[in-house]
Formats: sequence, structure tokens, C-alpha cells
Amino acid sequence: MSTTLFFDFTVDKQNNTINIKREFAADRSTVWDYYTKSELLDQWWMPSPWKSRTKSMDFREGGKWHYAAVGPNGEEHWSITSYVKIEPKDMFLANDAFGDADGNINPQMPQSKWTMNFSDMKENTLVHGVMQFADLAQLEQTIAMGFKDGLTMAMENLDAILAKH
Amino acid sequence: MRRDIFQAIADPTRRAIIALIALQAMTPNAIAENFHTTRQAISKHLRILTECDLVKQEYQGREIYYTLEIEKMKEIDKWLEQYRKIWENRFNQLDQVLSTLKKQKK
Repeated sequence: MSTTLFFDFTVDKQNNTINIKREFAADRSTVWDYYTKSELLDQWWMPSPWKSRTKSMDFREGGKWHYAAVGPNGEEHWSITSYVKIEPKDMFLANDAFGDADGNINPQMPQSKWTMNFSDMKENTLVHGVMQFADLAQLEQTIAMGFKDGLTMAMENLDAILAKH
Repeated sequence: MRRDIFQAIADPTRRAIIALIALQAMTPNAIAENFHTTRQAISKHLRILTECDLVKQEYQGREIYYTLEIEKMKEIDKWLEQYRKIWENRFNQLDQVLSTLKKQKK
């Protein structure tokens, strides 16, 4: 089913932005909930084998979502999403940063402004996310970190295959 | 310390150096002429780029020329693809959750 859903991923190095558009087979109200309620976010936000674990969630303008990406060996990477603007079921604007278990933001790590727009796509929902970075270096650092995570996942998949033999 | 390609291009001066030598092999002096910085600073950037295997040195007589390793630059695209895949995985997980939800409603 996922093969028929629209997915567009573009990187604009001129404007230091990453654009991610994705269609979901559910109504806007449901998709909005899955993007804004921590108990629902925890079910899908981190790509397997990583899991998302919420420490606190306060989804309102000025509020924060404080959560950890938990790895298969119990390793934790903490993130802090600060909500700047919320228009229920239409859009939210947030600042995304890395931090620690106490909720302190690490200024050495890349930060980005996220604009998430929700719109109807027939009976489905389109989510258009724009990640805006302060500079190209931060965008590239984020991609590089993603690459490392992706590589870890690929390695673990390989481990699983090899274990069967 | 192991260096990687993103460290190489994380710096604006190094990106400018890459852009310069992408067009033609250049000596450190010729590169330095394009920047309002010391020759030492440029040498340091060139050393980092060399350690990242993004540039290589070629000796022509007594001069050293720096050239760009195009193949290495292509790694950036591969990394981008990995990052895209992470988002794809993430979204596939949401698809699964949503489809389970629909079945439960029925």
C-alpha cells in the first residue's frame, strides 16, 4: 500500500532547507494527532530499530516535547522540540534541537526550524514539512548524522541476516 | 582523529576552495590569492581536505597542485539518499500504525 502514497524529498542548498512531502492514508484529524500527541508519536517517530520515548510533552505555543531516541543497546539521544506556533489541524511551527536528559539544548549540534503543513488530499492527508537550517553546514551535519544512523541500521539488518546462516 | 567528508565541507572557506579547484588544479599560492586570509590558514584547510581524501596533491616540477577527487564528492549524494531512506522508514511505520488503526475501527 505504501508504494502508491506520494513521497517527495528535496534538499535546497541555496536556502538551507530540506522539503519533505508525504501522503498518508488517513483523515487530517488522525494524522494531526499522530504528529502532535506524544503517545502516538512514540509509536512511529523513530525509524526501527530505534524507538522514541517521551519524557515530557506540552503541545502548545511555547511548550516543548522532550524525548529520547533509544537504540537497540539502550543508547539514548535526547531531542527537544519547542513549539512556536500552532494552528490546529493546519500547521505547526517548531524549533528542533538536540540536548540532554535534563532538557538542556546542545548548541554544538545542528538546530532547525520545522514548519509542518497539513492538507487534505482527497480522502488522504498530505503533510509538507520544511526543515530550515541557519546555514549549510548545519544542514550537512544533519544529513551526515542521518547517514550514520542509516548505516547503523543497515549494519544491524545485515547482522540479522548473517545470524540466520 | 578520523575525518569525514562532511567535516570537509562544513567550513565556508573549504567549500570555496573546492569550488575553485573543481575547475582546475591549482597551487596553494594561487588558491590563497582568492581569499582575504593568511597562506597558513589556507594550508590548514588544504591539509584537512587532503585528510578527508577530497583533494589530492600532484607534483609538477617544484610546484604542488591540488586537484579535486570527484568520486569522493559523489559520496555526499549517497549520504543524502541514506537520510531520505530514514524518513521513508519513519513514514512507513506511520502507515502501518494508521492501517492497524483503520482495521480496529471496522
